[in-house]
Amino acid sequence: MSGQYETVIGLEVHVELATETKIFCGCSTAFGGTPNAHTCPVCTGMPGALPTLNRKAVEHAIAVGLATNCEITKDCKFDRKHYFYPDNPQNYQISQLYLPICRNGSVAIETEGGGKKQIGIHEIHMEEDAGKLVHDEVENCSIIDFNRSGVPLIEIVSEPDMRSAEEVIAYLEKLRLMIQYLGASDCKLQEGSMRVDVNLSVRRAGSAAYGTRTEMKNLNSFKAITRAIAQEAGRQTKRLASGMCVVQETRRWDDANERSYAMRSKEDAQDYRYFPDPDLAPVHISDAWIEEIRARQPEFRTEKIARYQRVYKLPLYDAEVLTETKEMADFFEAVAAVSGKPKKASNWLMGETMRLLKENGMEAGEIRFCAQHLAKLIALVDDGTISGPVAKEVFAKMFDTDIDPERYVEENGLKTVHDQDALRDALMQALNDNPKSVEDYRNGKEKALGFLVGQTMKAMQGKANPKMALALLKEILSE
Amino acid sequence: MKNRISDETVAYIGILAKLELSEEERKRAGNDMANMLDYMDKLKELDTSGVAPTSHLFPTENVFREDIVTNGDGQKDALFNAPAKKEHGFLAPKTIGMEEG
Amino acid sequence: MGLMQYGALALGKKIRKKEASVLEAVTEALDAIQEKENVIHSFVTLSDTYALKRAKEVQKQIDDGTLVSPLAGVPVAVKDNLCTRGIRTTCGSKMLEHFVPAYTAEAVSRLENAGAIVIGKTNMDEFAMGSTTETSYFGATRNPWNQEHVPGGSSGGSCAAVAAQECPCALGSDTGGSIRQPAAFCGVTGIKPTYGTVSRYGLVAYGSSLDQIGPIARDVSDCAAVLEAIAAWDQKDATSIARRDMDVTAALVDDVRGMKIGIPKAYFGGGLNREVKEAVLAAAETLKEKGAITEEFEFDLAEYALPAYYVIACAEASSNLARFDGVRYGYRASGYEGLHAMYKKSRSEGFGPEVKRRIMLGAFVLSAGYYDAYYLKALRVKTLIKREFDQAFERYDAILAPAAPTTAPRVGSSLSDPMQMYLGDLYTVSANLAGLPAISVPCGRDQNGLPIGLQLIGDCFQEKKIIRTAYAYEQSRKEWDA
Repeated sequence: MSGQYETVIGLEVHVELATETKIFCGCSTAFGGTPNAHTCPVCTGMPGALPTLNRKAVEHAIAVGLATNCEITKDCKFDRKHYFYPDNPQNYQISQLYLPICRNGSVAIETEGGGKKQIGIHEIHMEEDAGKLVHDEVENCSIIDFNRSGVPLIEIVSEPDMRSAEEVIAYLEKLRLMIQYLGASDCKLQEGSMRVDVNLSVRRAGSAAYGTRTEMKNLNSFKAITRAIAQEAGRQTKRLASGMCVVQETRRWDDANERSYAMRSKEDAQDYRYFPDPDLAPVHISDAWIEEIRARQPEFRTEKIARYQRVYKLPLYDAEVLTETKEMADFFEAVAAVSGKPKKASNWLMGETMRLLKENGMEAGEIRFCAQHLAKLIALVDDGTISGPVAKEVFAKMFDTDIDPERYVEENGLKTVHDQDALRDALMQALNDNPKSVEDYRNGKEKALGFLVGQTMKAMQGKANPKMALALLKEILSE
Repeated sequence: MKNRISDETVAYIGILAKLELSEEERKRAGNDMANMLDYMDKLKELDTSGVAPTSHLFPTENVFREDIVTNGDGQKDALFNAPAKKEHGFLAPKTIGMEEG
Repeated sequence: MGLMQYGALALGKKIRKKEASVLEAVTEALDAIQEKENVIHSFVTLSDTYALKRAKEVQKQIDDGTLVSPLAGVPVAVKDNLCTRGIRTTCGSKMLEHFVPAYTAEAVSRLENAGAIVIGKTNMDEFAMGSTTETSYFGATRNPWNQEHVPGGSSGGSCAAVAAQECPCALGSDTGGSIRQPAAFCGVTGIKPTYGTVSRYGLVAYGSSLDQIGPIARDVSDCAAVLEAIAAWDQKDATSIARRDMDVTAALVDDVRGMKIGIPKAYFGGGLNREVKEAVLAAAETLKEKGAITEEFEFDLAEYALPAYYVIACAEASSNLARFDGVRYGYRASGYEGLHAMYKKSRSEGFGPEVKRRIMLGAFVLSAGYYDAYYLKALRVKTLIKREFDQAFERYDAILAPAAPTTAPRVGSSLSDPMQMYLGDLYTVSANLAGLPAISVPCGRDQNGLPIGLQLIGDCFQEKKIIRTAYAYEQSRKEWDA
């Protein structure tokens, strides 16, 4: 049945811009805080208050527009969008309908088959975020907190160019990474700094006309998005196949029960009465300003991967892994610069660092140690001051509390012992304790040497130089 | 009176503007609106094709604020006039009449 | 002679010369209000405690030489749609009966910085919607010249307070004539500055693209002094304009020789009261005698300004007044079920009929299917009107017109027919649509003794020209109020 139908998806992605202050007032955008602490007359819609536009928010929006190949609207304006809701303090939201800041862009995604596909960006417009409602059981009321009210948002509206959940996720991941690279937002779905509404319709395969679409809201993770797409495509297909029609409506996804509900109320007319906001001056974006922002655009992932291979001589795999997040890439570049050993930096980051991050449920941005310290650690191993096993131990410590590895090694007496006599004593002891291994070696089992060196290292609490130990061991055995 | 404003229109505008009118007010509102619209229809006498609408009178543009926090804790001031509040938040009734299906 | 019989500058001078103390000025203002309020009812709220406290502070600043402004120590009344921290601000509405703002409007702050002392908040048509000050939830204000008549509106309380000598000057706001028309009806002087000249921050918005705050006082000089104190660029108002030519008291020069004054024929046709017409044309004659060049001209679009104004003002009002919903401040009804019923009940009970009428109309002209036909059309007509003014100001330094088609109507006569009331704004709204400065100066009285106002409209940013013309006229004016 589903083979006869095709799913058509367009997305509306809201992204909270990473500014210090709100879009129209000097209140902090810090997440959380006691309710209504980050408010003023403007973002609580007090009588007589007027909005003033945050330059940084406009620059972030232009940056995202450039990264998504949009045309920047040279003269853009803000419009008022009217609807009554308690989280909307003026009962109109300042948004952009008639002249959005960016239009006609595209984002390339990699499809399953390894090919590329362009997803069109219809427009990106700027708007203000609403406050937060919390349901209060005791009063059977909503409690409203306006701390989030007025946080700058961009809404990235795609064309209906996606045909599957896989394409949707690929597009979202691409978009998210790009915006993170720009520093325009942290794009966290769980915290709501990235919010995705899915517009979905189905049509008979081969049909040129679009079917009636629904808009799905309340999607808090990529998994929820994937599930909601499957469920909604199925629901619509079933209706069409049985001769019923799809109603154009907004639906709310209930991830726990894996189903959606229509959000309808006779009090919502969906007639927003947009008109240009007379309180805000139009924004003129000159070519010079666009070029200034373009010049500041960071290098994106594809360019980074190429450069890592070219400049740092990293394998493709390393370059890909390190650039998965901007934070990791930035950190790698810092370590590579200080240590002058890009491959070793890559090994530490892709190995121990990522392992411990995963183990602790942390993200690259949460790394506590500094690049200088990792560079020192690399140097300590390189010049033979400490052994590999000791280095791992020091690293674990550094990962937890950012100790200075040099001082730590010094203070804890972890330096490799270069004293030949002490090493010879320890090796002799190991040979005496493990006659079987000696015999194995003599019978041609090279592996036994590793075991003996390991025992020696253990006895010396890792402070031996394993290469030196191996050489000396061979010497003793050949005596 | 050329314009006629139906009861449905008055009710619809009531939903948009969140105003609830009594039967008598509704009748009067329809009449008043129709009267005013008749008067406003005078504008249709003017040919405005090719005339750009003026939403902002003076060519001021790019009035920006720099991204620097200037406001402190606004909680007390925000809540001072609240008709109902709880735990540093405003209290509002819940939406009812939401159909789910 | 009591201190309230002096104008603002004269009183300021007495205070600076230590012939009167600030406390005496404030006390006499409060006494005058006490004596006249039950008849005139200019005020909604008195800020007497605050004023007495401020009087001491200002006196100290005058004494130690830190405050040298000409308005230092002068009592001022503030229209009740300008926010004042700690003093309730009602907009003449039940909706804001108990609303106490947490901040002060920029224009008021500037006036206070100049040493003026806010003695109270004046009555007004509810949310500035009306031309009589009868739509106030707190009762009508009466015209000090004849209590059977209205003071005009919406800044009727401010104009009546000045006319009744309850205080020497006041602030008003003008969206479609709300300073100029009541000033004319009350026989006082009022200025609507060029849009953007005075910060709107803290002015409870009615029609955001039209609203301007302006001074109301006994004469042109006092108005100019108050305007000079309140006009300034403000970072908090994105429509505010930085100007370097607001030293408007420099324009108080009794010389109009060579000044070209246009008289739009369309403003003197049918519908204009004969006595008003004669008084205004006599004023034109006076200016001519003083060396001005007067000339009649065709103002073709005059009749389209009013319908365009009502479309735009109502549309913006429906949007601006959406925030009054009973959630964060203001009136909340009781006995509702659910959110939307709370909204509707609170707004329906909290707003008066005129406000509801304009909100409904505004929501209608913005609603799907009507936006282009009404709202966008009105914005296009606004473009044409602005253009016609631009052409007129290529030839004239000022345009001379009546401030209102009649003198103050009797109390109660306007409310029955809103359409008739709207027509009273015929001569004032076009200055708001085009953002132009305009002044209203008394120029005579009708046979019932009610004042008549002369309006002078200038090109944008040309406050000085109209102030100079008005001042020169004032110097030669017959003893109109004798």
